[in-house]
Parts: sequence; structure tokens; C-alpha cells
Amino acid sequence: MTARTRLVMFLVATTVIAAFFTAACTEVPRFGSDFHPYGQRAVTAALAHRTANVVSSVNFDIRAFDTLGEESILFTTVLGATLLLRLARDEREHPPAAERVLPTTRLFGTVLMPITLVVGVYIVAHGQLSPGGGFQGGVVLATALHLAYVAADYRVLERIRPLTVLDVADSLAAASFTIIGLAGLIAGGAFLKNVLPLGTFNQITSGGTLPVLNAAVGVEVASGLIVLLAHFLDQAVEITDSDSQEAH
Amino acid sequence: MGIWVYLAAGWVLLVALYGLVTSRNLIHAIGCLAVAQSSTYLLLLAVGYRRGATAPVYSDLIPGTRPVVDPVVQALALTDVVVGATVTALLLALTIQLRKRHHTVDPQGLTGLKG
Repeated sequence: MTARTRLVMFLVATTVIAAFFTAACTEVPRFGSDFHPYGQRAVTAALAHRTANVVSSVNFDIRAFDTLGEESILFTTVLGATLLLRLARDEREHPPAAERVLPTTRLFGTVLMPITLVVGVYIVAHGQLSPGGGFQGGVVLATALHLAYVAADYRVLERIRPLTVLDVADSLAAASFTIIGLAGLIAGGAFLKNVLPLGTFNQITSGGTLPVLNAAVGVEVASGLIVLLAHFLDQAVEITDSDSQEAH
Repeated sequence: MGIWVYLAAGWVLLVALYGLVTSRNLIHAIGCLAVAQSSTYLLLLAVGYRRGATAPVYSDLIPGTRPVVDPVVQALALTDVVVGATVTALLLALTIQLRKRHHTVDPQGLTGLKG
């Protein structure tokens, strides 16, 4: 198919989609209206489970089963990237070279890394109270580790990044989500049922299984993301194929 | 505002699809897919918006004193972001392999089959 025919087909399809989408939009409740039946019910359910952050309650309590699927997607992606970016037969691995870094950049990394780690743990631990949770805090934790690459070099990052441990942590955290679900099935009669004591509203221990699930997801996202980025960074820093080897 | 926010989400989707159709570089195409995905964030958050409402977090808000925006669509947007990030990661890994095996990232240059 030529680029021209493709564009014509696209324009025809776009016109149809745009017409139907606009027609559909005129039928939905207007932007900013007071009609939110699901939202109201979610707020009532979250308050009944003494969870201050309703979004977390929806994710890890009401729709916890969907979140199990979501974190399985993440786990599968890490597996898929590991498989796709493995060392091929015609590729060589080189030890990364030490790089010169400005002292101010090094100072920036040294100061910021512990702060970022604490912020990450805080966001994971307070997922039931304030905006945040396992997914967001996990990304902050993974970012904190990569400050070593930004502020020093790849060798430092490799030293503070125990990939084997993180691989196991990723799998264990992904499995623990299911195990918490099974615990709910045994103790409460339904998969992922919130069976732990609900605690006091607006305290860090409130929400029953919610903080536990948040912690599991936090560990999984942080370790999964570090492993994922490790494979991409290895491609850029360490691995060369036989063709480029000859060109050197 | 009426329905303009919904229409803006549709516009972002169509712009991204135009980019996908005319793309000559797979990295650019993955970027277009991310833009298409972001149109769904806009649509979800527009559906959940409520005039004069605040965030659905009750750590510093007494329940019942103020209306809150719809938390269900915000949770869906979180799922959306996670799925978007994982899809992007997998597609980028596939692109790296394509570049190694076929020495091109132009989708229109990928015509031959290799055993």
C-alpha cells in the first residue's frame, strides 16, 4: 500500500470515527455534572472500610482483583523484556568504563538519593491516607537508585543494584498479592476480601489489607522497574554486537 | 464547557492515529501510541469531573462537607498509566531487537520475511 492510499483510508476512517464520537458525546452526562452514581457508592464503601484515600480504596479493596491483573501485566512485561533483551549469540558484553563526574553532581546524587528513598517508602506506606500508593511509590524508589547512574557512573549503579535479589523480590511480591487474596478466601469466604482489622480512620494502620497490598505492589513495582531498566541500560552501555565490534 | 472536553480527548486520539499512520520511525510510532493512550486519561478524568469538587481524599476533609470528584475513574486512570508504561517498555524492547536483526526502524522498510 502506498503512503497516499494509506492516508486517504485514514482520512475516511477518521471522518467516520469523529462523527460517531461527537454524536456519542452529546448523549453522555455533561462535563462537571453532579451525577456520579459509582463515585458516590465508592466514597461510601471506602469510608465504611475506614480508608481516607478513596482512589486507593477503589484500587486495592473494591477493585483489588483488577489490580491483581494489573500487577500481573507488569510482571509479565519484566519477563518479556528479560527474554527479548537477553545476550544473543553474536553479542559481547563489555565492562562499563569509569566516567569523570563533576564533584557538585556527585554531591547532588549523594544528598538526594537517601531523601528520594525515604520519600518513596513514605508514598508506599501512606497510600491509604494520602495520594500515592504502591505503584507511585515504587516508581519513586526505582528512580532513587538510578540517581547513582546520573550522579556517578554505571559501575556504581551496578554495585548498588543486586539484580538476582531484585528478580526474586519481584516474583515474591507478585506472588504475595495472590497469597493475601487466598488468605481472604480462607478467612472471609471471598478472594481478596478485606479480612484484617480495619483500624482507626486516618491512621497509618487503617484500611485492613490495603496497606499490605500496597506494600506488596510497592516492592514489585520498584524491583520490576529496576530490572526492566537494567536490561535497557545494559543494551546501551555494555552490549555490542559483532558488526559494531569490527567497526571499532 | 458542555462536551468540549470530551471532543478534545477524541481530537488527541485522532492526532495520535494520524502520527501512527504516517510514521517512518518505530520510536516515533511508540510515542504516537503513548499520545493515543493519553487521550483516554483526558476522557476518564473529564467523565469524573464535578464542578466545585475537591480530590477524593479524606485525610484533611470531613466527609460530607464538600463534594468530591469521581474516584472510580481516577483509579481507572492509574491502571491506564501502568498498562501504557508496560506496553511502551515491551514495544521499545521489540524495536531494539528489530534494529539489531533488520538494521532499520522504519516500519515501511520492514518488508522481507526472515526465517
